[in-house]
Amino acid sequence: MTKGRHVLLVEDEPNIAEAISFLLTRDGCQVTTLADGSEVLATLRRQSVDALILDLMLPGASGLEVLAAIRADAALSRLPVMMLTAKGQPHDRDAAARAGADRFMTKPFANAEMVAEVRDLLGG
Amino acid sequence: MTLTILAGSRLRERRLGLQLRQADVARAAGISASYLNLIEHDRRRATGDVLVRLAGVLELALDDLAEGHEAALMMDLRAAASGAVMPVEADRLEDFVGRYPGWAALCASLQGRVGRLERVVTTLNDRLSHDPHLSAAVHDLLSAISAVRSTAAILAEDGGLPADWRDRFHQNIHQDAERMTRGAEALVAYLAGSGAEVESASSPQEEVEAWLSSRDWYLSEVEPGGPGPDALAGEVAGLASAAARDLAAVWVLQAVRDAAMVPRARLEAVLATGEDDPLQIAGSLGAEVLAVFRRMATLPGRPEGLVVCDASGTLTFRKPIPVFTPPRFGAACALWPLYAALARPMLPVEALAEMDGPANPRLRLRAYAQTRHVGGFQGIELRSAAMLITPVPQGVASGSVLPIGSTCRVCSRTACPARREPSILVA
Repeated sequence: MTKGRHVLLVEDEPNIAEAISFLLTRDGCQVTTLADGSEVLATLRRQSVDALILDLMLPGASGLEVLAAIRADAALSRLPVMMLTAKGQPHDRDAAARAGADRFMTKPFANAEMVAEVRDLLGG
Repeated sequence: MTLTILAGSRLRERRLGLQLRQADVARAAGISASYLNLIEHDRRRATGDVLVRLAGVLELALDDLAEGHEAALMMDLRAAASGAVMPVEADRLEDFVGRYPGWAALCASLQGRVGRLERVVTTLNDRLSHDPHLSAAVHDLLSAISAVRSTAAILAEDGGLPADWRDRFHQNIHQDAERMTRGAEALVAYLAGSGAEVESASSPQEEVEAWLSSRDWYLSEVEPGGPGPDALAGEVAGLASAAARDLAAVWVLQAVRDAAMVPRARLEAVLATGEDDPLQIAGSLGAEVLAVFRRMATLPGRPEGLVVCDASGTLTFRKPIPVFTPPRFGAACALWPLYAALARPMLPVEALAEMDGPANPRLRLRAYAQTRHVGGFQGIELRSAAMLITPVPQGVASGSVLPIGSTCRVCSRTACPARREPSILVA
């Protein structure tokens, strides 16, 4: 299911990125991490990615800005995306949904929930 | 003494309260019963000795029959009625105030309390929505908690974790625990500092404004002939943050220049004639228009509020007044004439505005922008705009009115074409 699937994780908190990367790698994924929103589009155009985990608050470009650019790009628009944020307020969730996010997860999260959501995002 | 138009109603109410007959009171006061009847129904005004005698018979203080107190009371009640969701017998207001002054005063007092509480709610909402310090502190704490939770779960659940990963995760938890401690301390300090007093300062600009507000916005020391800005050094040094002390020092220097350019006595003499047009005053004094704005808003007892912004639209100074509270965080209402003036320096912009709020108070807004060129033709332009806010008594102004608010998040004008984001006041 997830074996060999490539997940791009964009998270500027290194210890969170390390924990998620470990969890997904252990589950069979290949994980690439980025800490800056401005590098996401170039990376997606350069590498084949099966799913994107995108923090909402990022240096360089915000998660919502990055997501809007992805949805506006014909080659990337169908990429499954999970938004990740420390702010669980309803308007953040609404904004992410309007921008085209497939999933939304609030920090702090349970590891099992994260793995299950990513499996789901990758199509089961 | 100027009598209230309700003096007759008050006399009647008092007589009935004492269970006295009209004829008896009239006789005791030395007037005819029919004359007292006309007075009690406010069809004749009791004056001079008659009033004194009537007040004496009915054991009323003459002050209770004076105008001013009641006018303010009626204005407060009209404001309350304008925001009422159910129909109110507005045409019976005078009767109500005259017959039941105690209940009327209680209603007005409660309305005042509601207004104050609404302002507190608005301030708290504003803070929670836009306060960058609080938002950053909470975000930082949640991020650290998230990292610890996830990492600790990996360590707890995965017994076969390679030693190098285990060591790395232990190190990460240690780092995040330290970060959580710092974040929690910062948050507690912030909330403790703001808990006792909602209006307490949380940014250098607010610190300076709180200091100026505590002095009723006036620095008498900088007036020509006064002790000078050095006399303020102690107060400036007492501000909590270095940034606030720097901002305050800049404000004091500007106040020194303003005081020299716009002498207090001359400005007050002009204002006493009824002339309050800052452009005319600036012209007659040979002063900068924005210096006149600042002096008008900061002389003792002046009713005007003032906001100042830089070229980015960021508010760099706020003197609020009860009917106009600028936002503490985030951008202000885009419809303020301040921003029209900012786009057109040296062109005055004036508007009669209606502020979003329970009583929709009306305001006279006058805005003006100036430019300064640092480095000459090859340098940069610095732009500054100011808006003088003058409360307009109810019923005085008519004509076209500009509907404005404080900031979108706390404004109830849902259909506003200039709206940037939804309001938290509207479900």
